[in-house]
Amino acid sequence: MQLERLADTFFNLQVMQQYLPKIVEGFFITIQIALAVVLAGIASGLLLALVRAFRIKALNFFIILCVDILRALPPLVLIIGFYFALPAIGIRMSAWVATWLALSLVLMAFAEEIFWAGILAVPKGQWEAARSTGLSFVQTLTDVVMPQAVRLTIPPLTNRTIAITKGTALGAVVAVGEILYQAQTAYSFSYNPSPLVLGAVAYLILFIPVVYFGRWVETRFAWKR
Amino acid sequence: MSGDRPILEVRGLHKSFGHLEVLKGIDLAVRKGELVFVIGPSGSGKSTLLRCCNRLEEPSSGSILVEGVDVMAPGTNINAVRRRIGMVFQSFNLYPHLDALGNVSLALRKVVGQSRAEAELAGQAALERVGLAEKANSFPNELSGGQQQRVAIARALALQPAILLFDEPTSALDPELVGSVLAVMRELRESGMTMVVVSHEMRFARSAADRVIFMDHGLIVEQGTPEKLFNAPDHQRIKDFIASIEH
Repeated sequence: MQLERLADTFFNLQVMQQYLPKIVEGFFITIQIALAVVLAGIASGLLLALVRAFRIKALNFFIILCVDILRALPPLVLIIGFYFALPAIGIRMSAWVATWLALSLVLMAFAEEIFWAGILAVPKGQWEAARSTGLSFVQTLTDVVMPQAVRLTIPPLTNRTIAITKGTALGAVVAVGEILYQAQTAYSFSYNPSPLVLGAVAYLILFIPVVYFGRWVETRFAWKR
Repeated sequence: MSGDRPILEVRGLHKSFGHLEVLKGIDLAVRKGELVFVIGPSGSGKSTLLRCCNRLEEPSSGSILVEGVDVMAPGTNINAVRRRIGMVFQSFNLYPHLDALGNVSLALRKVVGQSRAEAELAGQAALERVGLAEKANSFPNELSGGQQQRVAIARALALQPAILLFDEPTSALDPELVGSVLAVMRELRESGMTMVVVSHEMRFARSAADRVIFMDHGLIVEQGTPEKLFNAPDHQRIKDFIASIEH
């Protein structure tokens, strides 16, 4: 009797069937945002770290300030701020863009810190050897230091990227039609939490391969010592 | 003409790190084909002197001329000058993400502007010269310390420098690997390469150096032929130093 109720509540096939197309729709929107966040966040984080390597004092002060603020703010605060507060000063963006922008900025901040740590971890002797052969600062950075820094960076960056892309679920708050939003909406309409289970399954299908990919990348790029 | 002009000329070189004055006025001229050995206690400024010559350290004052070009002059393209001054480091500093040939040919492509094919041809020749032609595709972590240092020498040689600076090239090596590096340096000397070597390899200095310089507390205390400096130096502290090294 209890078991039957449990099944009926969380694994109601009729409800699941009815809302599956919506969850699938959300699944693809989640992939869309996640990919856009990973691309924009990592690319801009890398760019900031490269700029920081020039050690221009005033510029670095701003980079560090921005990065620290972005790392301290909960992503949800940024999403709500972008979507609900910015229109007050005439800046309007869709819920999709607000979510993408907020998560990209957060990933950018963490990626910058991770790349920067990678750059610092490359021994000074590498810079000296490259410069002593006549390579310029930029050539040394791109051809000697970054290939080593990126390799050191991959494990922490993979972890951070997974953590932040999961934040796409926060888009539900501003009604981006991603997985959680679809599941929640279906739940309110059907008065049955089975769509939430379906949503959870969708997240697993999406992120378990990513987690395994991350692990593969970590072993693949581990330093041979 | 190039015979009388020194390859490397250091005049009144001073270098301070904060309040610590490491070089207190160094004058040095190295002629073409000369092997100058620099010895002295640790902290005497030997390495700093070498590192000032290609401006890895910025001198506080004084001038440095390489083939007559003032390294310190504002208009000097330091990257172009560095092509002419090879440097070999104590810790090899090979690029771990590139194989031996990649290490040797990187600057040929990026600085000299050779095509990959040209650079690899020249790089292969440089590796051959240090006896490591067959290790072209080995990565640094697959090479012994002695082999790594020889690749590092090849990396400097590939650019066909006018002078090579060696900063304690054998200090990080296991004793049984030192000989292979010294053999390469001896071959270079015989082929007429101009070299300045900071090292504690006294036996090598005795047999290969044209001139030995003893530095202490940021100054050149005495210089002369190896016979003179090792056998009958004017200063007692040189005797003491050499005795302490050769115990």
